[in-house]
Amino acid sequence: MHKEAAIREPLILGHKTYSDITEDVCRSIEGKAPRAWYIMFGVALLVGLYGIGCILYLLGTGIGTWGLNKTVEWAWDITNFVWWVGIGHAGTLISAVLLLFRQRWRMAINRSAEAMTIFAVFMAGLFPLIHMGRLWVGYWVLPIPNQFGSLWVNFNSPLLWDVFAITTYLTVSVVFWYIGLIPDFATIRDRAKGALSKKMYGILSFGWSGRAKHWNRFEIVSLVLAGLATPLVFSVHSIVSFDFATSVIPGWHTTIFPPYFVAGAVFSGFAMVQTLLLVLRKGMKLEAYIHTKHIEYMNIVIMVTGSIVGVAYLTELFISWYSGVEYESYAFINRATGPYWWAYASMMTCNVISPQLMWFRKLRRSLLFTFFISIVVNIGMWFERFVIIVTSIHRDYLPSSWSMFYPTWTDIGIFIGTLGIFFAFYLAFARYFPVLAIAELKTIVKISGESYKDDTAPGFGGDHPVVGSGEASPKIDPEQKPEDTIKKETKNKDTDANSDSSDKGE
Amino acid sequence: MADRVIYATYDDDHTLLEGAKKLVAQGVHITDVFSPFPIHGIDPVIGVKHTRLGIVAMMFAVTGLMLAVVGFRYFMIADWPMNIGGKPSFSLLENFPAFVPITFEFTVLFAAHGMAITYLIRNKTLPGMPADNPYPRNTDDRFTMEIRLSDNAEMSTDDLHKKIKATGIVELEEKDYVKIK
Repeated sequence: MHKEAAIREPLILGHKTYSDITEDVCRSIEGKAPRAWYIMFGVALLVGLYGIGCILYLLGTGIGTWGLNKTVEWAWDITNFVWWVGIGHAGTLISAVLLLFRQRWRMAINRSAEAMTIFAVFMAGLFPLIHMGRLWVGYWVLPIPNQFGSLWVNFNSPLLWDVFAITTYLTVSVVFWYIGLIPDFATIRDRAKGALSKKMYGILSFGWSGRAKHWNRFEIVSLVLAGLATPLVFSVHSIVSFDFATSVIPGWHTTIFPPYFVAGAVFSGFAMVQTLLLVLRKGMKLEAYIHTKHIEYMNIVIMVTGSIVGVAYLTELFISWYSGVEYESYAFINRATGPYWWAYASMMTCNVISPQLMWFRKLRRSLLFTFFISIVVNIGMWFERFVIIVTSIHRDYLPSSWSMFYPTWTDIGIFIGTLGIFFAFYLAFARYFPVLAIAELKTIVKISGESYKDDTAPGFGGDHPVVGSGEASPKIDPEQKPEDTIKKETKNKDTDANSDSSDKGE
Repeated sequence: MADRVIYATYDDDHTLLEGAKKLVAQGVHITDVFSPFPIHGIDPVIGVKHTRLGIVAMMFAVTGLMLAVVGFRYFMIADWPMNIGGKPSFSLLENFPAFVPITFEFTVLFAAHGMAITYLIRNKTLPGMPADNPYPRNTDDRFTMEIRLSDNAEMSTDDLHKKIKATGIVELEEKDYVKIK
């Protein structure tokens, strides 16, 4: 363990001991939920149930209850699918990519961001399933021996790649999330007073006891999973973009789609993380762990990915003209000036202009402004998918079949319903699961905690550790010689990605 | 005779690490350490070998990759070649670019799950398993060393107690060793 450069803003504010961290995270699990939680959960559940009702109606009656027609045969269903998958990109990016880059600020947000990812991917997975119309034959997407001749699924098709990509992404994200949850469930189990909660958290914690060998394995498993999940994050949305890019529809047939979609996914995912965390930190009194610096870091990610998305929009616009293909040019002229100009304008405003405001330090450190922009970005990203999908196909090669898309109440109901189910899941998570990675935060409290950085922690810096407070004198990594420590310190000042001693025994 | 065990508890990870180094230097064998989070640098001190789970992941990855290749070669090339827009479908190599995404996904799927399952089994952490940390606060803010008397037979118990007490512990308990799992 080494002391972090003083110039870095502390990641944990105030003075926190190990047991303070446990206490702060477990408080909301062990105590009574506030009335606001019940109200929000109730509303989310009602909306979610309405959505389930709409889905059942759709399955009972048929896809004809959606507003699709012969020309626009893909609309809100796939828009919602891509939107939700995109949102589901932030969690694993935060926990995997930021782990590989040794970014310590991820520790305060990774748990809840991963939970959000998993619930968002659930919602995404719902749309391809129900758009089959006949949910009960959903198993046809799997390559299993059957009696229809030897009719295998088509491995050349991006739609099948999607099945594999989404399944892998969902299950690997769940595993990654749960491996990290096990030690924290053990913490709750050992504190639980009621017989039922002791039993439940006992089962959830898998009998974790924190042996040295288990921690050794834990760190390698986390690191390897991060290494596996990093290319996975990029592959998933690339494959989603192939659904469009490998077709021959003008406006879809674009080689920049994979990076453009991945950047857009991270952009919208971080926006959703901001929306949820700003409420969560306030509601659960976690301001010491998720503070302005974390919000600022995430806003910088939003700004960077938002700029990539902006460049991609302008590039495809330019290339549509530069290519000299008249159908391609028309697709884009129609997007900007045709009957769906308002969707294009909202997309441009929300996704290109709004993230640029984050260049101002005052704005990106303002919580209220961040909350507002995070919602704007999510609206913008929904419009992006709508624009790409509907405006590209609503005027096809034959003007006699040009048409418009109007959503029906089933379209709207299912979309709103998935929002309800998503928030119900998330609220249940916030109530019963440790929303911060307790064990991981304990590893950084003495490196990045405010009181340890400015030497105001009781007992810290003295010779005699205060018994019971978990304090001790400043530490140097026992494996390092003093000159190593100095070297490491100077390196830290140069690079933004500081070494993260908690991730792996280097 | 049943084995006896000493549980020496610390309230700080660093104190435990320093204590462990001192004890090991004096010839004390530390069987295990229980902590609420990973203590960096403890593994070589108490003789915990580096895990080989990374190799396990690699082996599962190769298995997944080969299964994927064998699978789609059979489905798409051997059993029922399909002409899809005139794309090459009669040789695996020619058709392979279209199979790259699934090859990758299947490799990751196998590596991640195979490693995670191996990890849980090797740790004996599975749903319904009992926990065996000596004190509930080991998952909160207490760090405990497990020192079995059978591992330190050459030392007298009093001597052992004295050595341990000199390392800044907050609590020391000696009792019969009970194997939980």
